[in-house]
Amino acid sequence: MATEATGAASGPGMPQLDFSTFGNQIFWLLITLVVIYFILSRIALPRIGAVLAERQGTITNDIAAAENLRAKAIEAEAAYNKALADARLEANRIIAEAKADIQADLDKAIAKADAQIAAKAAEGEKAIAEIRATALENVTEVAKDTAKEIVAAMGGKADARSVTAAVNARMKG
Amino acid sequence: MEGDIAEMGKFIGAGISALGMGLAALGVGNVAGNFLAGALRNPSAAAGQTATLFIGIAFAEALGIFSFLVALLLMFAV
Amino acid sequence: MATDAATGTGLKFDPMGQFLVKPLFGGDMVNWYTPTNVTLWMVIAILGITAMLVLGTSRRAVIPTRSQSIGELAYGFVYKMVEDVTGKDGLRYFPYIMTLFMFVLFSNFLGLVPMAFTTTSHIAVTGVLALAVFLTVTILGFVKNGPAFLGMFWVTSAPLALRPVLALIEVISYFVRPVSHSIRLAGNMTAGHAVVKVFAAFAGLVALSPLAILGVVAMYGLEILVCFIQAYVFTILTCVYLKDALHPHH
Repeated sequence: MATEATGAASGPGMPQLDFSTFGNQIFWLLITLVVIYFILSRIALPRIGAVLAERQGTITNDIAAAENLRAKAIEAEAAYNKALADARLEANRIIAEAKADIQADLDKAIAKADAQIAAKAAEGEKAIAEIRATALENVTEVAKDTAKEIVAAMGGKADARSVTAAVNARMKG
Repeated sequence: MEGDIAEMGKFIGAGISALGMGLAALGVGNVAGNFLAGALRNPSAAAGQTATLFIGIAFAEALGIFSFLVALLLMFAV
Repeated sequence: MATDAATGTGLKFDPMGQFLVKPLFGGDMVNWYTPTNVTLWMVIAILGITAMLVLGTSRRAVIPTRSQSIGELAYGFVYKMVEDVTGKDGLRYFPYIMTLFMFVLFSNFLGLVPMAFTTTSHIAVTGVLALAVFLTVTILGFVKNGPAFLGMFWVTSAPLALRPVLALIEVISYFVRPVSHSIRLAGNMTAGHAVVKVFAAFAGLVALSPLAILGVVAMYGLEILVCFIQAYVFTILTCVYLKDALHPHH
């Protein structure tokens, strides 16, 4: 037998079937199993389980926090958009107001200018009328004088009253 | 010639029972091959069935191990 | 025998010698209390598990360090397996299943260390593990469901004539469970380590040694895979049996 050649065991050739060692193996196996069981169930497994649970919790919390932050970001964006729209509306309103103000000012200024122009024009007309009136008077004077002179030159003797009447008649006509 | 007819019988028996290991290898190959064929047809279902695959392989291989055990017993224990 | 034939060439085949149970402190007697290499490697497994799951997570950091991630990975892996296979009510038994998984995983991987002793390659060890699972599951099934647990063997979806036959098959397969459960693990470990040893023995021949080393490396890679898969399979089968006990009608 092979085992006999090495001079090892006196039992059967297969050490696995050497029943004299079974008690020994089983005894140590049971001790080993009990020790491993207690190490695992008392120390190792609760610890690893706790670590895994803690990690799971941390991850869940982080995801929740991230979700929260995301919601906040969306909210902030909405607020920003709203503010932007409000600002735009306000700007439009201000522009419209300014336009209206300017228009009103402009209208007022135009009206004032118109009034001033009208006043100036009236003054001018009055001046013209005066000038015209003076001119007419002057013309009448000149005409009277001229007529008197002409009549005198003609050798006639003109009385002032009839000359004036004639000139007036002529001027009217 | 050394040995006797009983020794010869032991060796022949061990050799024949070693054939059983080769047959178990056929069985294991059959299991794995069919699993692969199925997995390639439906890859999404493959991941959930690896445990079944290993159980099948283990059962097929156990019989080969039994024949190996018979060979060992003939060689060393009888 | 192989050894006798090979002694002339200097080859020494001793694939089973690594599985010998030896007393740690000399002597030949292996009593039930003797500290043996079994004890040594089980204690190393306990230390490894403690280092991974207790020391690695001692800082309880929310942002894990590397060692803490490994511990959390193992925790999450088994936790998800229990939850997926047995459902929410199976989580009460999570420490029990985690114990089995960590012990089997560490024993398997520690067995890959050169000169190490693989505790899970022994049918005595895996048999106790499988029997513990079997007894737990059976007792739990009767405590939770009462006699209705026996309904698991009476397949109501089958035709009435077939039911006794099916019941017989179901009962047999139920009682074969601990056998296959334990032999699968021990057999896989024994086979892998024996094959590595056989390849290593070929290295005694100079002409074959590169091939032998290549073979050892390849087997080692396969064994790393097998060590994990067997621990996984052992655990997931435990979960499946547990599910049967908690919900026998699915």
